[in-house]
Amino acid sequence: MRIKKKGDVSTMQKSRKYRYVWAFVFLGVGAVILLVLNICIGSVSIILPDILRTLAGQGNNGTIARILWDIRLPRIMAVIILGGGLALAGYLLQAFFHNPIAGPFVLGISSGAKMVVALVMVFLMGKSIRITSADMIIAAFVGAMLSMGFVLLLSRRVKGMSMLVVSGVMIGYICSAITELVVTFADDADIVNLHNWSQGSFSGMTWENVKVMAVVVTVTFIAVFLFSKSLSAYQLGEVYAQNLGINIRLLRIWLVILSSILSACIVAFAGPISFVGIASPHLVKKLLGTTKPILMIPACFLGGSVFCLLCDLIARTILAPTELSISTVTAIFGAPVVLWVMAVHKKERAA
Amino acid sequence: MGYYFKTEKMSVGYQGRPLIQDIEIGLHKGEILTLIGPNGAGKSTLLKSIAKQLKLIGGAVYLDKKEMAQMSGTELSQRMAVVFTEKLKTELMTCEDVVATGRHPYTGHFGILSKEDYLIIEEAIELVHAAEIRNQDFTKISDGQRQRVMLARAICQEPEILILDEPTSFLDVKYKLEFLSVLQELRIRKELTVIMSIHELELAQRVSDRILCVNGEYVERFGKPDEIFQAGYIKSLFGIKTGSFDEENGIMELEPSRGSADIFVIAGGGSGRSTYRKLQRERKAFITGIIHENDLDFPTARALAAEMVSVKAFEPVDKIALERAKKAIDSCSKVICCRKTFGSLEIANKELLDYARQSKKVVE
Repeated sequence: MRIKKKGDVSTMQKSRKYRYVWAFVFLGVGAVILLVLNICIGSVSIILPDILRTLAGQGNNGTIARILWDIRLPRIMAVIILGGGLALAGYLLQAFFHNPIAGPFVLGISSGAKMVVALVMVFLMGKSIRITSADMIIAAFVGAMLSMGFVLLLSRRVKGMSMLVVSGVMIGYICSAITELVVTFADDADIVNLHNWSQGSFSGMTWENVKVMAVVVTVTFIAVFLFSKSLSAYQLGEVYAQNLGINIRLLRIWLVILSSILSACIVAFAGPISFVGIASPHLVKKLLGTTKPILMIPACFLGGSVFCLLCDLIARTILAPTELSISTVTAIFGAPVVLWVMAVHKKERAA
Repeated sequence: MGYYFKTEKMSVGYQGRPLIQDIEIGLHKGEILTLIGPNGAGKSTLLKSIAKQLKLIGGAVYLDKKEMAQMSGTELSQRMAVVFTEKLKTELMTCEDVVATGRHPYTGHFGILSKEDYLIIEEAIELVHAAEIRNQDFTKISDGQRQRVMLARAICQEPEILILDEPTSFLDVKYKLEFLSVLQELRIRKELTVIMSIHELELAQRVSDRILCVNGEYVERFGKPDEIFQAGYIKSLFGIKTGSFDEENGIMELEPSRGSADIFVIAGGGSGRSTYRKLQRERKAFITGIIHENDLDFPTARALAAEMVSVKAFEPVDKIALERAKKAIDSCSKVICCRKTFGSLEIANKELLDYARQSKKVVE
């Protein structure tokens, strides 16, 4: 047996550190590659030298510059910010409910946000009032909290992770039905807009949008990160978290608020997007080999961005010029992950 | 006399409804208190209330003369650690990771462990003899190992007082003894005060400085083990209707056989116990003698024999006892002798055997 000096960092811890570094490098490189692909590929292909020239301000091709600055870059920024935020929201909800298949979409939170946004949009559009990004976020936040409230009420009565998810899905259906109803009664001109958005899409992002979402998501991200230590105790179960000096009530309130803000922000700009919130945290967790929040929080964000960059690239290009709704693609990649998680968990519980 | 841990008229329960009332406990630093009592009596409720997991219905708890209600979460977490029956939820965590979570109250805002923290973790792992499993996944170890890791985690918290709810319930005998030894070591090394609930009465009797008996609305008894374990008390505390518990010796026996006795057992020096139990299993009633009250066979004989001829400790067997035994043999058709040879101080039993042979009884 190897004799160990006291206080020495064990080889186990060293090899773990390598793994963390490699995981972040992998995600970072993935993000950069997908970023470049997203810029280059589209209905008009742009080669890399042209892009660099345009970005440096030396481009003399007005069309390329416009495609780049007005369409692709804001969209890519939105994908990165919202994808990361969505994954983080999923991670927070999974931690909150101690439930591996929780996420803003399956718990009906996205649909709740969608419903209130649709109501507000139709109401304000009917009066010809222009809707700002802030209005949308606030409306979405109200909807998210509404759904969350129902889920919380139900979570006290239903036991077991699958039942909670079923309740969430039901809430989602109710909200979607109401949204459909509202959309049906809306004026023809609004319907196209509303319909696109209510299917979930990253298209039509403006720099103005990006600015607002960047501020909201950054502030929320920092807040979540500051809770990482409390979260690590909370993960152990409430009995032990309490004994470690955590104010459970306060922490739970914060988790609800922060995850609702993130979900709301995403819905306000891109509509409901399925499965990113569940799938990304699990994939990232497998990659890191740990559940430590201090690592999981940034890694989840990065993982969500990468996941959405990939999905958006596919949504835009696979049937170009027709664009798929983003949820179609995220479901194809995300839903199998959920099935896999459920199968593994069953097995673990049986063992 | 200053107690380190003290409760004053503490009432505990759920949703404002008291389950146990007016609990008065006083413990000095480094003492071990165990709670005993029937299932559902409220031992866990009491422990959870002490750990501030449940709101007190009334009264107060003091730690080092400071009321616990006044303490912040962090202050309490640096003084009190718990090992409850609730499972620790972990995912992708090694045993060492789990132990390290005990450092939570001492680390900075982001929970980064310092060299000193690692030293304390190391020490805790060694103390519970968990070095060989430190890198294993916490969900993939045995119950015994898990309980030791949980204890190490609690030790890492550097508490002054430790609260444990049935820590030994799922451990085999080796781990039970090991676990309690570690607790004793902690109390000597660190003057740790311990409050725990335990189902094994014989262990409670051995490890505790104080015992609290919970039954019904009030605390029935609180005191030293020998004050608690008085003849007949355990039977009444647990409402035992079948079988018996010998408080002095910590021996449990099943219900004695009923009916008229047809077998006489000559025993002594511990030679008769297995025969008594065999007869109990076969549902055969028996008479036994002549047993001194300080004999190893005495507790079991008292619990199982339909009738026993006994004499006082350190006194010779008198004529009356001998005559009684002979009469008993007369009434039986069979005599079992558990003694192979007779020592010079048990001539009386030898005489009984000869008597049985003379009266043509079946002798085994």
